[in-house]
Amino acid sequence: MKYAYYPGCSLHSTAKEYDRSLRAVCEKVGIELEEVKNWICCGSTPAHTTSKLLSLALPLKNLAEIEKSGFREVIAPCAACFSRFKLAWHEIDNEPRLAAEVEGIIEHKFRDGVKVYHPLDILSNNMGLSKLTELVKNDLSGLKVVCYYGCLLTRPPKVMEFDVCEYPQSMDKILQALGIPTLDWSYKTDCCGASFALTRTEIVLKLSHDILEAAKSVGADAIAVACPMCQANLDTRQEEIEKKYQTTYHLPIFYFTQLVGISLGIPAEKLLLTRHLVDTEGVLEKVR
Amino acid sequence: MLLLSITPRYLKVRALPLMIVAPLLGLVYIVLLPVLGAITIVPLMLWRAGQLVRQAVRGDSSRHPVQRTTGINLEVGVMEFNIPSDTVSEFAQIIEETSGVDINVCYQCKKCTSGCPISYAMDYTPTQLVHAIRLGLKDLVLNSATIWLCASCETCTTRCPQELDLVKVMDTLRIMALRTGVKPKESEVAAFHCTGVANIRFFGRTFELDLIRRLKLSTGQFTKDIGLGIKMLKKGKLNLLPTFRGASTTRRIFAKVKEREKV
Repeated sequence: MKYAYYPGCSLHSTAKEYDRSLRAVCEKVGIELEEVKNWICCGSTPAHTTSKLLSLALPLKNLAEIEKSGFREVIAPCAACFSRFKLAWHEIDNEPRLAAEVEGIIEHKFRDGVKVYHPLDILSNNMGLSKLTELVKNDLSGLKVVCYYGCLLTRPPKVMEFDVCEYPQSMDKILQALGIPTLDWSYKTDCCGASFALTRTEIVLKLSHDILEAAKSVGADAIAVACPMCQANLDTRQEEIEKKYQTTYHLPIFYFTQLVGISLGIPAEKLLLTRHLVDTEGVLEKVR
Repeated sequence: MLLLSITPRYLKVRALPLMIVAPLLGLVYIVLLPVLGAITIVPLMLWRAGQLVRQAVRGDSSRHPVQRTTGINLEVGVMEFNIPSDTVSEFAQIIEETSGVDINVCYQCKKCTSGCPISYAMDYTPTQLVHAIRLGLKDLVLNSATIWLCASCETCTTRCPQELDLVKVMDTLRIMALRTGVKPKESEVAAFHCTGVANIRFFGRTFELDLIRRLKLSTGQFTKDIGLGIKMLKKGKLNLLPTFRGASTTRRIFAKVKEREKV
């Protein structure tokens, strides 16, 4: 299986560990990724809050480049990029006049378009979970994990067409296939505050506190995520949250690809486990 | 005691038939009547249910009392109100034209507000904001903190029973506020979006250090999050140099978008 790969800005900076672990996991399970040449930012929140045309042109320019290079399918691991791609395509798919305008801006006329996948979808549906089970090297059955999907992966369901919007299961199924027990909890798709981290930090602290608190109350040892913003807010702000709410969590926030990597026996340095602000070693040591 | 002493004789003489009749009557009331009732009512209910299903399948709901009195169309999942056009505010009409979302389908059930993770920090709840748009309170809406505190998490859009895409409306309102020169109530949030866009235009891909620098220059909060920033730099989470890859592409796109939006 070969896919075009759109890492997005975060996976080249704050979430490099997501990029590296995903590449390592894909290599292990036989999925080939080809990074899109000269990709540009998808525009994310700043674009859709300031200009509708910009919020469509930026992601669609990337899809145009992907289509030009002969790919029909792309993997976008960042939940925000994934969401912007899907929303932009949905928008022009339903409005031919808008489509023509955007195609004028990006200087490309779409033929069939490009199907955008999240790696969760690829691993749980396209590849087949039994393949993962066959490849397990390390036993992580002592690690209790809650899967946190965040707000953008499954919503709105009409556009994203991925998993169950209120209580998704794909990440749970992947980890369970590897023998990692996942717990039921109520905050799978709650918002972490996302881009307010730098401006209205107290909102992020409150929302992320609620998520960490819920994870702790069901007895989780760690949280698995699939979005760079969720990871950044829960990991880098955890110490601040502990101070503000006078509590302790010490909950490492893993990208699900890192956990998959560990159980498939990929060496820790390839998964960049030391790049987290909340120590990951303690929990993993306990399991081993 | 008095009662006990008189009952035996009384029973012997006159109440013996009553002793047999009363339990029989009780039996009739408790067992037979409901059974008889069920025998007659159930077929009636089934007949009526069948009639309703047939109506729904045929799409013939003209005889339904709800539609007769309110004009609400029960055939589709989303209710459509027949609101006379002269009662729709000009502002609501503009919002519909620019976002494609008809605000008038809202019946104020407050599901958006209940699910909104940030409604606690807003000056108007999402439900109130929708109502304000319907009333045409343009100044109140564009000057609200709500439009800037919405995180676009898509919970409201996902859950709205009327399928009203509130996130799209929020985007439209923010863009409208910026273009019409309204001073954003949450100036830092607006500054973040504007600096974010400038950053993308200049570098092609987000360069976080410059984004933070620009944000600090525009908000004046130079010391905020410095400790965290240093920690992240130490962990290598922030790139020290930009790549400029794709910068020529984004600048071209930005120029074209600007040109089109002027018209």
